[in-house]
Amino acid sequence: MATLSVCQQPIGGFSFEYCKRNAVLEFECNKLGHSIPAARKTGTTICGVVFKDGIVLGADTRATEGMIVADKNCSKIHYISPNIYCCGAGTAADTEMTTQIISSNLELHSLSTGRLPRVATANRMLKQMLFRYQGHIGAALVLGGVDCNGPHLYSIYPHGSTDKLPYVTMGSGSLAAMAVFEDRYEQNMEEEDAKRLVRDAIAAGIFNDLGSGSNIDLCVITKGKVDYLRPHDMANKKGVRRVHELEALPRP
Amino acid sequence: MAACMSANRSENAFSANDLVPEWAQEEVSTGTTIMAVEFDGGVVIGADSRTTTGAYIANRVTDKLTPIHDHIFCCRPGSAADTQAVADAVTYQLGFHSIELDEPPLVQTAANLFKQMCYRYREELMAGIIVAGWDKRKGGQVYTVPMGGMIVRQPVSVGGSGSSYIYGFMDSNYKPGMTKEECLHFCTQALTLAMERDGSSGGVARLAAITEDGVERRVVLGNQLPKFSNV
Repeated sequence: MATLSVCQQPIGGFSFEYCKRNAVLEFECNKLGHSIPAARKTGTTICGVVFKDGIVLGADTRATEGMIVADKNCSKIHYISPNIYCCGAGTAADTEMTTQIISSNLELHSLSTGRLPRVATANRMLKQMLFRYQGHIGAALVLGGVDCNGPHLYSIYPHGSTDKLPYVTMGSGSLAAMAVFEDRYEQNMEEEDAKRLVRDAIAAGIFNDLGSGSNIDLCVITKGKVDYLRPHDMANKKGVRRVHELEALPRP
Repeated sequence: MAACMSANRSENAFSANDLVPEWAQEEVSTGTTIMAVEFDGGVVIGADSRTTTGAYIANRVTDKLTPIHDHIFCCRPGSAADTQAVADAVTYQLGFHSIELDEPPLVQTAANLFKQMCYRYREELMAGIIVAGWDKRKGGQVYTVPMGGMIVRQPVSVGGSGSSYIYGFMDSNYKPGMTKEECLHFCTQALTLAMERDGSSGGVARLAAITEDGVERRVVLGNQLPKFSNV
């Protein structure tokens, strides 16, 4: 992949060159009785909260492909910079690639300025890129971090609009998680309370939304320290099969 | 800024999925009620605080009154992504222009920058803006730039989905020559009436008074809004 071109503005917009080819391939595929593979979406519950000293981000770990769970333990909290992390909901590839591109650009930016990057900068870069693609990049993000101006939390929608709030949820399980937040959020919480609140919000999404499941990952960001807790809570442990007496006997 | 896009802006690359509810796929829209009123010495602007994605309220405390310069604000109804992007672009252009001029920009300039962008990209954008502010030359001014890119200066203007419900109130209750406090009261009442009737407007009422001395912001919380009926 070209290195210098990453930081430059790409010309033109989204390329629709392959749409006709894809339509033909899909038609041929359907004629043979198969369907083309669906994009893997992270159904998802992601959320974030601002507490006294920093940010807590949380996410479930299920990735779905249509009605099947494609990945039981995928990582949805992505690294952007040493002090900024981003949770991603929507199409898994889109969130992965978008956060990686912005992380790379932000590192170059940080080397040029000689300073730790600010969350507002990451937010600006993400929203401008997503707006440029007019919602075709299916990435709904919760961006959080601590910089020289304190802790900041943003929610970023696929069409490029952002909201700066003290607590946010995104994804198919966001209603369940938001219900927990609206009930129990307070300003200036302690770290343990904030972690418990985020854990409960993600658990609400996991148990009440089909698109979310498996474990709970947390990421606690404070000034100078990041705790990446993966997994923080294994809410859905796989049971151990009971061995039947007859099966326990050694085979002849 | 957005380069030329395919005409089907409502189609997305990924298909609908049973597991992802409909409102999660909708574009974020500031349904909205906004208004702006001129008075002698400045302007008063007001907006509700609700942002929706389909039937879900994505942000119930949105600030739709965006500063684009020290004495110039804009109100942003329509698609949240489109209006945020346009407002950011105009803020940059206006700041650059002001530095070149070495003096505060005119409200008319800001309004024309919005108009140029909204008119050029009229097919792609869903953004109707109200630009209001104070400058040395003409004092308090309100310019409306609806979808399509027209520009017109009005002493009082309402916009957004909730505006339909308060045109009558505005026409019957606006009097030229009100003071700042009367304008703030007028705006609060109008926003309350619209938020009561429009499903896409609600939350708190945010107001700002812009004068030569600066900007004074006020928030009227839901339970402090004026009550009109006992029903």
